[in-house]
Amino acid sequence: MKLLRILVITLAALAAVSAAPTFAGGGSRTAEPTIEIANPGKCVAPADEMRRNHMDMLRHQRDRSLRQGIRGEAASLNACIECHASKKTGSVLGSNDNFCQGCHAYAAVKLDCFECHQPKAGFKAAGVKP
Amino acid sequence: MSKHPINPRRAFLAAAGTGVAGLGFTVIAPGLHLMGVASNSNAAEARKAGTAASPTVRWGLLIDAGKCAPNCTKCIDACHRENGVNEKLPDPRQNSQWIRKIELVDRRAGKTAGRVTQLPMMCQHCAKPPCVDVCPTGASMKRADGIVLVDRHTCIGCRYCMMACPYKARSFVHAPLHDQNPEVPRGQGCVEACTLCVHRVDKGMQPACVESCPEGAMLFGDLNDPASAIAQRIASVPTTQVRADLRLDQGVRYQGI
Amino acid sequence: MLVSNSCQQERSFYLLAAAGALVSAIGVAAALYMEHSGHVVTGMNNQIVWGLPHVVAIFLIITASGVLNVASMGSVFGRALYKSRAPLSGLLGIAMMTGGLAVIMLDLGRADRGIVAATHVNLSSVFGWNMILYPVFYGLVAVYLWTLMERRMNRWSKAAGLATFVWRVVLTSGTGSIFAFLVARQAYGTALLAPMFIVMSFAWGLAVFIPVQAGMYASRGMTLPPLVHRRMKNLLATFVAAVLYLTAVLHLANAYFAKNIAFEHFILFDSEFSGMFWIGQVLIGSLLPLALLFNPATGTRVLWVNIAALLVIVGAYFQLYVFIVGGQSFPLDIFPGYEVKSSFFDGAVDHYTASLPEILLSLGGPGIAFTLTLIGARVLNFLPPHDDLAKLEAAGSITD
Repeated sequence: MKLLRILVITLAALAAVSAAPTFAGGGSRTAEPTIEIANPGKCVAPADEMRRNHMDMLRHQRDRSLRQGIRGEAASLNACIECHASKKTGSVLGSNDNFCQGCHAYAAVKLDCFECHQPKAGFKAAGVKP
Repeated sequence: MSKHPINPRRAFLAAAGTGVAGLGFTVIAPGLHLMGVASNSNAAEARKAGTAASPTVRWGLLIDAGKCAPNCTKCIDACHRENGVNEKLPDPRQNSQWIRKIELVDRRAGKTAGRVTQLPMMCQHCAKPPCVDVCPTGASMKRADGIVLVDRHTCIGCRYCMMACPYKARSFVHAPLHDQNPEVPRGQGCVEACTLCVHRVDKGMQPACVESCPEGAMLFGDLNDPASAIAQRIASVPTTQVRADLRLDQGVRYQGI
Repeated sequence: MLVSNSCQQERSFYLLAAAGALVSAIGVAAALYMEHSGHVVTGMNNQIVWGLPHVVAIFLIITASGVLNVASMGSVFGRALYKSRAPLSGLLGIAMMTGGLAVIMLDLGRADRGIVAATHVNLSSVFGWNMILYPVFYGLVAVYLWTLMERRMNRWSKAAGLATFVWRVVLTSGTGSIFAFLVARQAYGTALLAPMFIVMSFAWGLAVFIPVQAGMYASRGMTLPPLVHRRMKNLLATFVAAVLYLTAVLHLANAYFAKNIAFEHFILFDSEFSGMFWIGQVLIGSLLPLALLFNPATGTRVLWVNIAALLVIVGAYFQLYVFIVGGQSFPLDIFPGYEVKSSFFDGAVDHYTASLPEILLSLGGPGIAFTLTLIGARVLNFLPPHDDLAKLEAAGSITD
């Protein structure tokens, strides 16, 4: 029992110490993603809401576009890419400074979209009118 | 905590407004519907943004094999350019092909023996698609307006639909892709086929193959609209569906075979 | 009854387990390579979409269902002789099913979408049914094993055995229906396939059970009573004969239709599959085992019966290869009466060669099944105990 108590107290202390910088508000020990946003400003929703909900917006939207054929909705993946693609690479993938890849690499959430979707903005297959 | 008492005047205005709006909409709705569907040309009308595909429309294709020129592959080139289909894998049997030209030689005894015809073959957009029946996840689907599509968000790449298709219409993507058309997402491990250029049709345009045919052998339009060119042609000329015995009721019809 | 393990046995167990685990790991590694590079590294293409991995996986899945027959004969049909063998049969069922499902799921184009497959189920698709049939199969066999091996639950073993039996019939009919429901393929599209797959499962399940049982007996220094041996070999012969009969019916019926004659001629006489059919499936897989099993000189000897069982398994491989790969090699008849040609290889017979990643993945399936069986048999008491012949005689299980 004594050993257990020592163990619990040690773990609690470690937790407090490691969380301290976050509580202190400095975040100096925690790296944050640095993303180059090509067109900062107004998105379809406030940044907080986008961060939390963009996956649900996209998932809902994709069924409306593909299965029901509803076009021109706000949460269009292509529109996101056109706005947010990096000025340097012209894409939302390619380096950890790029819009989608930056946060996803930071949060270690695998991006499945770009197996099929084109990550480069303004990409035209030859002879195609957008 | 006290509740707000309901203001009777506000309630009346709200109800009256809703009633008028509802009545008004009921009056003009049939007109809107007709406007959306009516077409007296080959071309589709662009569907209004925010509206779903409608089952009152049935997209179809009529191909005149008699007009199809030998050694011409313009429809294939246009389709693959439009949809970003450009893999060149070491084994050509693994390359995707959404549309292909088939050369037919009549081997039946009699006067027609030896006659050569060619025609383009693609997904037939059946009304009763076997590929939709067999897909375990429902990724293979038929849209309300008759276009058969693969929802690559749910496709697991099992290829059962490829086994089920009587027309060998579907292809499987064997390698990672990088040069997709932003309007035509396609990727490794999923199955795909002709989409009737759904991204163009929804904008009121024609499929790329139809537009590119120099002989005018392909006609696209709404089979359900009696005023459309395709419906009028089908009503006046004998047309067939390939393997009609399977009773799949394809949207793609042929004349001249 | 536990037999104490000698040092030698311990060592051989760990060696075998390591070998099995290695083969399984190589299979998984091959699958990861295929997933990373795409199916371009396989021999499958847009015409032959299911290849060697599917042949091996479907063999394992069918046989997993069939090996449970031994248990069903005990619990459902009351044959005391088989009752004691039910736990081993259950273990083999689970192990082989796992091996087969692993191969088939790892070969998917999007193998990372297993959750999507489990949550989006299209009930008009046999594959969709499979998302329900296979998990429940595992549950039922687990419960069945529990009723067999936990003495307090023994009285429920008949009910559990019946449920497992019925579920197995549905599941294996479903496996046959995968092919039966293909409307436009000359090789498939017949309702006969559902019952045929059931009979195949019976034959192949027993053909796997007999050598596994023999191997376990040998490793523990026990001998199989001649009575048990005789009943099982006669049953195997019956099932093999039934499969041969259904094969004959399938091909004769198919060839009767003018529209299918070209395909039957191709498969039976005019392709690489003809040799596999006649020599692999018919001769090695059916006629030779039947001769060995019925001939009094060989049928009474354990060694020859095991050889016959292994020949049946070899024949099963050829049967499925001809069925699955051969059925796809022949072009679709899109324009009956016409000769066709195109850049998409319409009208052309396709030739399939499995690539190394596919072969390694396919071997991983039996590897997984072997490893699971080995470890399971070591950890729990699956081996049939000493057969009490007097008790069996009293129960009327011995008639000859």
